[in-house]
Amino acid sequence: MPINYFLILSAFLFCTGAYGVMARRNSVLVLMSIELMLNAVNLNLVAFSTHLENVSGQVFALFVITIAAAEVGIGLAIVLLIYRNLRSPDLDQVEQLKG
Amino acid sequence: MLDSAWLFPVIPAVSFLVILFFGKKLPFKGAEVGIASVGAMFLLACVVAAQWIDKVESAGHGSEKGLAALGHSVVAAAEGAKGGGEVEPIVHGFTWWQNGAAKFVVGTRVDGLVVMMLLVVTTISLLVHIYSTAYMHDDRRYTYYYAALSLFTASMLLLVVSANLLQLLVGWELVGLCSFMLIGHWWEEKENSNAALKAFLTTRTGDVGLMIGIIVCFFAANSFDIAKVNAYALSPGADHGLLLVAAVALMFGIMGKSGQFFLHTWLPDAMAGPTPVSALIHAATMVVAGVYLGARVYPVFFNGFSIGTSTFNMMAIVGAVTILIGAALAFVQHDIKKVLAYSTISQLGYMVMALGVGAWSAALFHLFTHAFFKACLFLGAGSISHSATHHSFDMREMGGLRKKMPVTFWTFMIATLALAGIFPFAGFWSKDEILATAGQGRYDVFVVVGLVGAVMTAAYMTRCVYLTFFGKYRGHHHPHESSPAITVPLVVLAVLSLLAGLLQAAPINVTKFEHWLEPVGGLPELVHPKFDYALATISVALASLAVGAAFFFLFKREESGAFKGLTQRSKVAHAGYTFLEKKYYLDDLYEGVIVAGIKGPIARASYWMNQNVIDGVVNAVGRGTTRAGRFTYGVLDQELVDGAVNDLGRETGSAGGGMTKLQSGQLQRYALLLLASVGLIGLAVYLVNVV
Repeated sequence: MPINYFLILSAFLFCTGAYGVMARRNSVLVLMSIELMLNAVNLNLVAFSTHLENVSGQVFALFVITIAAAEVGIGLAIVLLIYRNLRSPDLDQVEQLKG
Repeated sequence: MLDSAWLFPVIPAVSFLVILFFGKKLPFKGAEVGIASVGAMFLLACVVAAQWIDKVESAGHGSEKGLAALGHSVVAAAEGAKGGGEVEPIVHGFTWWQNGAAKFVVGTRVDGLVVMMLLVVTTISLLVHIYSTAYMHDDRRYTYYYAALSLFTASMLLLVVSANLLQLLVGWELVGLCSFMLIGHWWEEKENSNAALKAFLTTRTGDVGLMIGIIVCFFAANSFDIAKVNAYALSPGADHGLLLVAAVALMFGIMGKSGQFFLHTWLPDAMAGPTPVSALIHAATMVVAGVYLGARVYPVFFNGFSIGTSTFNMMAIVGAVTILIGAALAFVQHDIKKVLAYSTISQLGYMVMALGVGAWSAALFHLFTHAFFKACLFLGAGSISHSATHHSFDMREMGGLRKKMPVTFWTFMIATLALAGIFPFAGFWSKDEILATAGQGRYDVFVVVGLVGAVMTAAYMTRCVYLTFFGKYRGHHHPHESSPAITVPLVVLAVLSLLAGLLQAAPINVTKFEHWLEPVGGLPELVHPKFDYALATISVALASLAVGAAFFFLFKREESGAFKGLTQRSKVAHAGYTFLEKKYYLDDLYEGVIVAGIKGPIARASYWMNQNVIDGVVNAVGRGTTRAGRFTYGVLDQELVDGAVNDLGRETGSAGGGMTKLQSGQLQRYALLLLASVGLIGLAVYLVNVV
């Protein structure tokens, strides 16, 4: 299989994720979109790893997955706190941090 | 210990910070920290001195080199006591910063001169710390006072152990700052803060010369390192003209700091500070920093002023003039501290003159002994004002304190005799050493000046002692002896004034002081005089005569009723007194004979000169500076600099205001900005690399 297929799929996933991060209001969905972006990167890494016959890309992917798990843990905690404080998961309302 | 000289400035500096921040909460309000740190410094200095002496002695046995006593017409003194000129100073340092090829090093240097200064500074400082617990008791800024004393000790020790001139300058300015802080300790009275300002500004005037001198030295020797500067000055290829400029410039520094004519006017005013401060800073340690500097870079002066080959030079002349001016002014003062201040000026003149005539070790020996007896005199004066006259130093309110304050009296007497140069007190040995060295060069004029100075010293000190301790009490208080915290330092200093001279007693073949002092690395060939019995006899005889004559005339004046009511008590109580006390009949030497001839007109004229001409010049310079300062403030500072700064601030403010709109607080907008920027950067990289 040509590597382009994987790259196109990965680019599609990444753009979907980026769109989700910017356009979605619900913070849980934003978190999921971030996961999508991360996995797009993983896909890229694994694709190149196979293509170049070099295992380090897969090792990177494993690391990213591990860190993504930790990130989700923290991210969900933040979402929970936002929900508790604002009674809404809506990110538009989180705008106290302005200058 | 010789390798850890950096501890000397560091520990008192730490003590300064501790006292400053925690002093008020401590049980003795910070005094204990100061005393402990200075006491530790004193012990360290003793250890360093012992190790240094050990080093010198062992080196002396190793190579019987025989010290270079080769100057013109010189005969080495005692042959046995010489030896070991090859002891290397211990130098440590690290690079502070580097600018091109020029390295700036911070370091310590331990040699004979430094060890001597360490001993003097720590001893006097320790005694003054102890003395102050009683003298400054109940002072409203007691803690602050001890903090300043600690800072002073740190700065003075920094100055002393410096291995290079730049570091020495830092210490030099720091002691000046501490002097300013302590003179103005009671700044609520305008006079005191004026005196502090005058001291600071006058010494600063000299410091300009010092800075120029250091810079010239740097460009001459290509280094701030004292050893390198000295080596350059002694090398055959040294530029004499350059060294002359450096020496003259450095001389101004010495004149400012060590109260030499014509920059001496600040020192009497500096007596506005607390008396222990006068003893420590304005008699024993800080004011001799100038002499120390002169000794430290002696080759620069030696070559620059052609000491040893010329018949006179700026250094010797400044010293000689200072001896006479200072001594003459001491006659017309009523304030006991001012008498002592003018006496200090005069004695510093001796030291500078000694350096100027090539008597390097004699100058430092006089520095050493003078520190003890002058500190003793000042602390004695402090004891009197503390316990007898209710903080007055006016001798017209004293008198007859001999019986009331026996310890103060006896210690004051010993120190006075030491100052007057009476055998066998410390001052005799050091003063005689200076005169003998001058006499063996081609400096006969300066020998005469020295002798005249000795006579005047003896006379004015007699007057001072007479007015203070003899006759009848003229004050309105109840004099009593001071507490042990005051008397113990006095006794210690009196013992030192009595014995310190024996370190360098040529007739009995003791030249330990110069033997231990002189290995400093890089000295010109020094003159070591034979002990001159004739000169010594003449100087002691003249001094004794002056004491006697002064006593006689003082007593006579008293009889004629200058001090009303004194006569009868003196007559009754002193009727059967022995030979010495009958010399009180030889009273008014300076009032009668010398008044008519020397003291009255000349002293008054020089006092007038002092007050009007010299102060006038200083004031004019001050006014000029003020005007320049006002211009700088009004036009340069307010308009140009502040204008630029304010404009810049305004612009930054409005730019910042614009930027705040970007910070909306909305997370997703940030994400958009982030992605857009990454996109832009990616585009830019693409364009740069591919297109």
